[in-house]
Amino acid sequence: MNEILAGLLQAGQMIITLDSDLIEISLRSLRVTLTAVFVASAIGLPLGCWLAVRRFRYRRFVIATLNALMGLPPVVVGLIVYLLLSRSGPFGVFGLLFTPTAMIIAQVVILTPLIASIAHQAIRELWAEYHDLLISLNTSRRQRIGTLLWDGRRALLTASLAGFGRGIGEVGAIMIVGGNIDHATRVLTTAISLETGKGNFALALALGFVLIGLAVAVNLIIHMLSRTEVSGRW
Amino acid sequence: MKIGAVLAVLSLVASTAMAQAESLKVAVTTSFHNSGLADVLLPEIQKDLGLTVQLLVVGTGQALRLGAAGDVDAILVHSKASEEKFIADGHGTHRREIMFNDFVIVGPSGDPALVSAAETADEALVAIAQTQSAFVSRGDDSGTHKKELALWAGAGVDAEARAAVWYKEAGAGMGAALNTASGLNAYIMSDRASWLKFGNKGDLALLYAGDPALFNQYAYLPVNPVTHPHVQAELAEKLEAWLISDRARALIDGYTLEGGRLFIFNAQKH
Amino acid sequence: MVSAILPLSVENAFVRRRGKTLVGPISTTVSETGLTIVMGPNGAGKTTLLRMLHGMERLARGGKLSWQLPEPETRAYQAFVFQAPIMMRRTALENVAYPLITHGVSRKEARMRAEQWLARVGLSESADKQGTVLSGGERQKLALARALIRDPQILFLDEPCANLDGSATREFEEILREAFQAGTRVVMSTHDVGQARRLAQDVWFIHHGRILEQTPADTFFETPRCQEARAFLNGDIVE
Repeated sequence: MNEILAGLLQAGQMIITLDSDLIEISLRSLRVTLTAVFVASAIGLPLGCWLAVRRFRYRRFVIATLNALMGLPPVVVGLIVYLLLSRSGPFGVFGLLFTPTAMIIAQVVILTPLIASIAHQAIRELWAEYHDLLISLNTSRRQRIGTLLWDGRRALLTASLAGFGRGIGEVGAIMIVGGNIDHATRVLTTAISLETGKGNFALALALGFVLIGLAVAVNLIIHMLSRTEVSGRW
Repeated sequence: MKIGAVLAVLSLVASTAMAQAESLKVAVTTSFHNSGLADVLLPEIQKDLGLTVQLLVVGTGQALRLGAAGDVDAILVHSKASEEKFIADGHGTHRREIMFNDFVIVGPSGDPALVSAAETADEALVAIAQTQSAFVSRGDDSGTHKKELALWAGAGVDAEARAAVWYKEAGAGMGAALNTASGLNAYIMSDRASWLKFGNKGDLALLYAGDPALFNQYAYLPVNPVTHPHVQAELAEKLEAWLISDRARALIDGYTLEGGRLFIFNAQKH
Repeated sequence: MVSAILPLSVENAFVRRRGKTLVGPISTTVSETGLTIVMGPNGAGKTTLLRMLHGMERLARGGKLSWQLPEPETRAYQAFVFQAPIMMRRTALENVAYPLITHGVSRKEARMRAEQWLARVGLSESADKQGTVLSGGERQKLALARALIRDPQILFLDEPCANLDGSATREFEEILREAFQAGTRVVMSTHDVGQARRLAQDVWFIHHGRILEQTPADTFFETPRCQEARAFLNGDIVE
């Protein structure tokens, strides 16, 4: 219990004094995860929607695979991405290993199935509602996907936010492909891991509280901007 | 608002692409990093050479692997046999001894195996085995782990004698293993620096040190530019020259923790 | 000049699901003009028949629906009002404008025409409300406006007033009559005999998926030929 209180106090202290290391790794955490969420959403949202609307032979198999991929351990993803980006690997020439870009790539791989799966579920329900109307109105498939994406945007936002939550707290993959290099690829989660390993529990907890605060702040801002939970509006 | 958001994110993506300045990637072991010596050396290297050394703090096994893959430009480890194999396999050009520190045996302050009374490391280990006192091992194929295994072998305690009921293989880095030992109130062999810096000692205390068998040699190995043409061999050479210089000697020998000296510089000039 | 899609000729049409025949065999013609009421007890197949004519059900092999144009081209000139109105999660105005926007009308003009239609159906005040908060009667009027906004040649309605109260029904029927008088072919199902009497020009009586009787309205109501129709008009249960 002492450690937890000490952690809270240290968190407050670091924030108030605008500790430069803290700001640096916090910003990097946000940069990596927000970029990854953006890219993963750009892929996953239309993919989930497309799967909800299009019927083809192996659809059930694809959906099941997508759902299963959500359970991929991030460490495994990190290892695979490392092997791909390693100098001895196929994409080594790009020199991406141990950079924030590699971390973003790993997170995109982790987050896309999650975002696509949630989007698919939400759009499927909406599609069931709109199905007869959109067919009767003779809309093209592209129009249907566009309409579902727009009318379902609140649920899609939830999917992206779920991706953000998963990404901001992720440590296994970005540790391997990023290397936790000080002033280069160190982020909140990898720093927490490092400090825990050193036995500096108070500092680790402090960083943890900052991480939680950051995640809450991002969620709040997004909800405020999209004016959800305002009465009377869906 | 939409366009603004898109632009903001695009600039985020752009800014995450790293600019390649004069920087060198070196994989070092957790025990080296935990000593805190890097925090002293790196700024000096930056000042003297204009070189940013990027440290990847990983276990010895992973450091060797990264070197073999050519993902780093040099490695700093402490496992002579593995280093010689690294060179024999063509991954490294040579090994340059830089400094050594020592391992210590820590354990519960109650000291059920009477380790503090031992005259040699062998005696201490045999005592632990005979009393079947809880002992945490790194278990991760690291330099520290290999050293520990060599000591058990030297003391005549073979793998079978190290039964799971008292010998716990953590499969983790030094800090994590120390955490485990602290939680279990067990004996553990740690490098002195990690122990001194460790923030969660609990009931553990330093019980035995000083046997030359516990000395721990660190060596610097540049990755072979013949196998991996893209490594920054010149910069690696520059760093090596600095590491064996008098400047480095002064910094390394002068580094103390809790009032005590941690490392002893022993690099030979050419 | 828009090509006429009617008359529609239906030959030997069946709709089957899981081996069971829901509707069929149906062989008939939908003429160019008129207001047809499809009547029958619940479960007779009224909904399936309408959906089949509109192209929303797959015909079993051997059946044919022949419009005057290839079927895909006729879709743009048909409209359907469902029994439970489907409200999109947008404002009433956007709901009504949607069919125009998806068919290439500029957003500005679509909204303008949607406003006009909302006024015609008496929903101007609800223009900016979310479609999902409207009452049942308002929703159905909105669905009708949405169906009529593209000036379809044929309008199918599936028991549109089943869940509406008296005044909402009256308002609905007025708008429908206007559309019919402007030239829209109407095919509507109902099990409200009074409504049928008010609106029908001709009646199709359907039972167990087959059309048992197809006659002009007065003939049907005064001298129904088949026994099931008689029973139905009498208010008896028809099994």
